[in-house]
Amino acid sequence: MITKTRVALLLFFSLLLSGCEKVVMLDPKGIVALAQKHLLFDAVFLMLLIVIPVIILSFLIVTRFRAGNLRANYAPEWSHSTLLESIWWAVPCVIIAILATITWITCHTLDPHRPLKSDAQPINVQVVALDWKWLFIYPDEGVASVNFLQIPVNVPVKFRITADAPMNSFQIPQLGGQIYAMPGMDTELNLMASAPGDYRGMSANFSGNGFSGMSFIARAGSEEEFKAWVQKAKQSNTPLTISTYKTLAKPSENNKPQAFSKVASNLFRKIIMKYMEPNYEDLGEPSDPSKSTTIVTTE
Amino acid sequence: MTLEKFIFGNLNWDVIPFHMPIVMGASIFMAIAALSVIGAITYFKKWTYLWKEWLTTVDHKKIGIMYIILALVMLLRGFTDAVMMRSQQAIAVGNSLGYLPPEHYNQVFSAHGTIMIFFMAMPFMFGLLNLTVPLQIGARDVAFPYLNSLSLWLTVVGAALVNLSLVVGQFSATGWLAYPPLSEFAYSPNEGVDYYIWALQISGIGSLLSGINFATTILKMRCPGMTMMKMPIFTWAAFASMILVILAFPILTVTLGMLFLDRYFDMHFFSSSFGGNPMMYVNLIWAWGHPEVYILILPAFGVFSEVVATFSKKPLFGYPSMVWALMVITFLSFIVWLHHFFTMGAGANVNAFFGIATMIIAVPTGVKIFNWLFTMYRGRVTLSVPMLWTIGFISTFAIGGMTGVLMSVPAIDFQVHNSVFLVAHFHNVIIGGVAFGYFAGLTYWFPKIFGFKLDEKLGKKAFWCWIVGFYLAFIPLYILGLMGMTRRLNHYPAETGWQPFLLVAALGTAVIAVGVVFQLAQFVVSFKNRKALRDVTGDPWDGRTLEWSIPSPAPFYNFAFTPEVTTKDAHWEEKERRKAEGPVLLKPIYQDIHMPKNTATGFIIAMFSAVFGFGMIWHSPLAIAVGLGGMVITLIARSFNFHTDYYVKAAEVERIENERFS
Repeated sequence: MITKTRVALLLFFSLLLSGCEKVVMLDPKGIVALAQKHLLFDAVFLMLLIVIPVIILSFLIVTRFRAGNLRANYAPEWSHSTLLESIWWAVPCVIIAILATITWITCHTLDPHRPLKSDAQPINVQVVALDWKWLFIYPDEGVASVNFLQIPVNVPVKFRITADAPMNSFQIPQLGGQIYAMPGMDTELNLMASAPGDYRGMSANFSGNGFSGMSFIARAGSEEEFKAWVQKAKQSNTPLTISTYKTLAKPSENNKPQAFSKVASNLFRKIIMKYMEPNYEDLGEPSDPSKSTTIVTTE
Repeated sequence: MTLEKFIFGNLNWDVIPFHMPIVMGASIFMAIAALSVIGAITYFKKWTYLWKEWLTTVDHKKIGIMYIILALVMLLRGFTDAVMMRSQQAIAVGNSLGYLPPEHYNQVFSAHGTIMIFFMAMPFMFGLLNLTVPLQIGARDVAFPYLNSLSLWLTVVGAALVNLSLVVGQFSATGWLAYPPLSEFAYSPNEGVDYYIWALQISGIGSLLSGINFATTILKMRCPGMTMMKMPIFTWAAFASMILVILAFPILTVTLGMLFLDRYFDMHFFSSSFGGNPMMYVNLIWAWGHPEVYILILPAFGVFSEVVATFSKKPLFGYPSMVWALMVITFLSFIVWLHHFFTMGAGANVNAFFGIATMIIAVPTGVKIFNWLFTMYRGRVTLSVPMLWTIGFISTFAIGGMTGVLMSVPAIDFQVHNSVFLVAHFHNVIIGGVAFGYFAGLTYWFPKIFGFKLDEKLGKKAFWCWIVGFYLAFIPLYILGLMGMTRRLNHYPAETGWQPFLLVAALGTAVIAVGVVFQLAQFVVSFKNRKALRDVTGDPWDGRTLEWSIPSPAPFYNFAFTPEVTTKDAHWEEKERRKAEGPVLLKPIYQDIHMPKNTATGFIIAMFSAVFGFGMIWHSPLAIAVGLGGMVITLIARSFNFHTDYYVKAAEVERIENERFS
């Protein structure tokens, strides 16, 4: 019996531990995620200054002043103390003032729009959330990929984000926080990986039936690896023409990574503009899945 | 248009999900439950009783009871959805896709959120207000009794429509707030979102009317001597909440109205194209949605304030502070809505403003917590069931408040937004705050309404299951959020390492389920032992406010004499005075009591609104016309009814009062 319990406990804790290594937000691999983690810790610390005393007090007071304990003071009329009340209006005010200052500062330093400081020249990636996959366009390199993002380490990456589908949210937790991907909108996110590795990226905003399969790998590697990957993508025999894009944009689920060469010029802009001005440069009407056929059925 | 189309709209046999065994099972269960209720009513010949005493009643106490019955039934439905989600996520790892396909799973989580907020929490809140507010302020009824009955039945119709979607067609699969463009016709062409829109529109009107009703009641119907600063704190909390209802619910109605225009008439308010803007919807829905969470939590705060004072045998500490804190929260709750979407890409200054406004709410909330703690300090604390919920609430809510403040820092929110960390946070405050508060309130005021107390032992068991189950179910979700787990996932890869935590969370749900069973058992056992549990004094907890000055169960006219008060804890002071001066021996001289007559109007209008809503959902011109016409005609007919009130004769009052005190 005891051994069984022990085995069960061991199993439980080993599972917990195996899980703990995967607490990705506490294991940041990018400068933004690192700053966000520090900020999280600072805020938790400030809040615990109030929360821990409250929890302790709640137990102490209840134990001490339980009805059975007749030795405790009973002051049936005592219901006001200017001093005490001033203290607990003031202390939270001070803590919140500190946190508010931190918030104001970090809102600006960690503003997703803000370019990251680095000696390296940033690379540009245009992100398009599609039903239900991610399209990454490298406008400077002229290549694109689905559900796979290759970036160089220690080089800032400037993401421009939109969607040609319902709203999604673009996030790679180990590199930094998310920004919505909205149709007809152009949002921005600046991230930089500080260590090589494969990081899980996903959509954080529910977008329909294929949403759960909408994850991708963000691979941070050396500058050479990045160049090699771009070269390989350039040799892909599927160019991302307007018509390839139209097929790609149709709903499909659990897409495997795929690379494209020769991206149609201004594709990202066209994807945004078709919501502003239908039939803007031959991308047609905004996608309407109810009228088109799904290429991978959900059944 | 063919005749068939005119009558049935889009309805046909294909909308019944015969191919989905889980749904059919649930439908059959619902049908059996409904049939057995109808059968029982017929067998015991209770139809007239039901009609006269309940369906047409305008008595706030009975309306309150019906609200709470609705809330508890919907709690069971919403909780079943929760169990389905937790079990799906516990097993749907790697190659296993679990037992719920996305089409079904997405409806389950959408229904869970919609039901828990609109048809569990809201009716529970209005139920408690109905039971308590008129009694606390010494009133005969609410300001507009017939409106009150209409509000109830509109809410019931909304709930019925959501549940109908289980059998006839489908429910929305777009989350509980139905963000466009996903909820637009282009991406959700079936009737699911229409069910969502019309269920919420109809019940939303009911909530707005109730808000107006209670705000008026509190402002105009307080007994002589009860100035605003002598009102019981629960009534204050209810008042704050009603201000929010009046200001926020019109936004919901308009927003859903525009979504309806988009879906039915291609208007492009919220579509991505042709000048529409989905983020406009997101702004509007949260301009209602954020006040909504305070609409729910403030009355719970009120319950805790009453309970903590009564069971510590001390006045509430810092009453003026508590009132000010309520008012500050009421104001601030309207200027923080953007914190639900910092990730929209707004500029740093905008995010900072809304983040800081949000964290400021922690100040008045913190003050309230300290005041509750110091109400107990130097008191005589009895750990009765309502008090257990209160103490459980304080530490649980402190943690939930902390995670809330964390997420109000935009740069932190970028990471945890839309993750299960967020899910854990709002369940932390909604279960630990709203649900615990309402359970405490129900246990606390139950004897006043039914005349007997609820069983203590089972109540305590239910409490422990809920609190242990809550921590087991939601602490793992906090960790999972930090592990990068997004909400609303149908399945996930094994290498994420999430499954062990989801198994613990599922276990927690099972523990809560045991708590729910204890709660149900508590009602049954207490009813069986009602003689032993009877409250003969009218004041079972040694209470402080006016509702405890009248017999239990409260007579239908509430107060034989309109009370006059001079102090805040009127009943407590009265008891103290009697202790000092001895009981009053004067023979009371009773007077006629002016009462509102029962009316079927509210019920009938609501039934027509159901026909109208169903017609809108299924595009049936006939049903729309009948529903709309029926509502208008009933309303006009009612305005010609000049006999809406009557007098209870003094002799009758005397007979009832003597019966109770003999």
